[in-house]
Amino acid sequence: MALEDNRPLSPHLQVYRLPLTAVLSVAHRLTGLAIVLGTVLLVLALFTVAAGPQAYATTYMLLDSWAGRLLLIAFTFALYFHLCNGLRHLVWDMGYGFELETADRSALLTLAGAAVLTVVTWLVALL
Amino acid sequence: MAKFTLPANSVVKTGLKYEAADGAKRVRNVVVYRYDPDTGENPRTDTYAIDLDKCGPMVLDALITIKNEVDAGLTFRRSCREGICGSCAMNIDGGNTLACTKAIDDIKGDIRVYPLPHMPVVKDLVPDLTNFYAQHASIEPWIKTSTATPPDRERLQSKEERGRLDGLYECIMCACCSTSCPSYWWNSDRYLGPATLLAAYRWVADSRDEATGERLDELEDPFKLYRCHTIMNCAQVCPKSLNPAKAIAELKKLLVLRRG
Repeated sequence: MALEDNRPLSPHLQVYRLPLTAVLSVAHRLTGLAIVLGTVLLVLALFTVAAGPQAYATTYMLLDSWAGRLLLIAFTFALYFHLCNGLRHLVWDMGYGFELETADRSALLTLAGAAVLTVVTWLVALL
Repeated sequence: MAKFTLPANSVVKTGLKYEAADGAKRVRNVVVYRYDPDTGENPRTDTYAIDLDKCGPMVLDALITIKNEVDAGLTFRRSCREGICGSCAMNIDGGNTLACTKAIDDIKGDIRVYPLPHMPVVKDLVPDLTNFYAQHASIEPWIKTSTATPPDRERLQSKEERGRLDGLYECIMCACCSTSCPSYWWNSDRYLGPATLLAAYRWVADSRDEATGERLDELEDPFKLYRCHTIMNCAQVCPKSLNPAKAIAELKKLLVLRRG
């Protein structure tokens, strides 16, 4: 918006204490971005599988390192968070869950759901 | 396009410190955003140490004490001092609220007071609400009918029809919600914002209004309505405990349902 008379713009993100619901909204966007980037990496990994055993061995080594593991865990969490919060949005789109207490509780539920699903997935994968 | 930083002329500097009078026992710092259009200098935050024993309980009382006793130039809007006029809406302790209903005791540490966020500042805590009011006017917030008024009585409503306006008609247009909304921050030129959309739904939900179709036509727009991403800041800050996010969801539902 054009400001008249060279008027300053009042501070926004600089001073605003975002409530949990807003933090999750930001996280929904960030995890959406993370999933896209992660999927590109996944495709690249599949390319190396097609490129033969040596290339795959390199990929395996990278993904099996602690940094690679961390990346995979983060990708899993991003995926589950985006899924859970997506379901939350679906409920909102049907017109339910707008009361403040409900919205705050569903925020916590989303975080807990994403964490549990991530842990369960990795337990299944590693055991 | 979202711009997360402040323009060069809006970056806030640290300003002056005013100490409390000698002998003050319960001292609190009130950090206040100041901007003087006459000097053209960047905004700054001045810190006023005030004696709570000589000040009323609300943040507005603190501001009035500062204006009366320390710095008569401090500029802010206020009128009713009881949460019904909406004049003293500002950003206090990181959230938008009315200074007159925000208790000093509910804030830990320094009391930080800024104008409503992401708005052009006229002076100190006074934002320019021209665009906000123009958006409210754009949804034509009055009853529109095509049938003739009954000659012998008013347009009547059942208790249930009247009940549908509860939680909608109480809005005092303080702008706390719209200026708490990141979508409104980034798109206030095209997104109507929570306050205006709550008002729009108030007229759509009114059983006496006969322009529902036209009202919905006006809102069916990627920006006017659909920039709401259910961030919920509006409902979190509303000093009247209204829920614009829910009203917006009802509008979205109506737009889907009328397609059949």
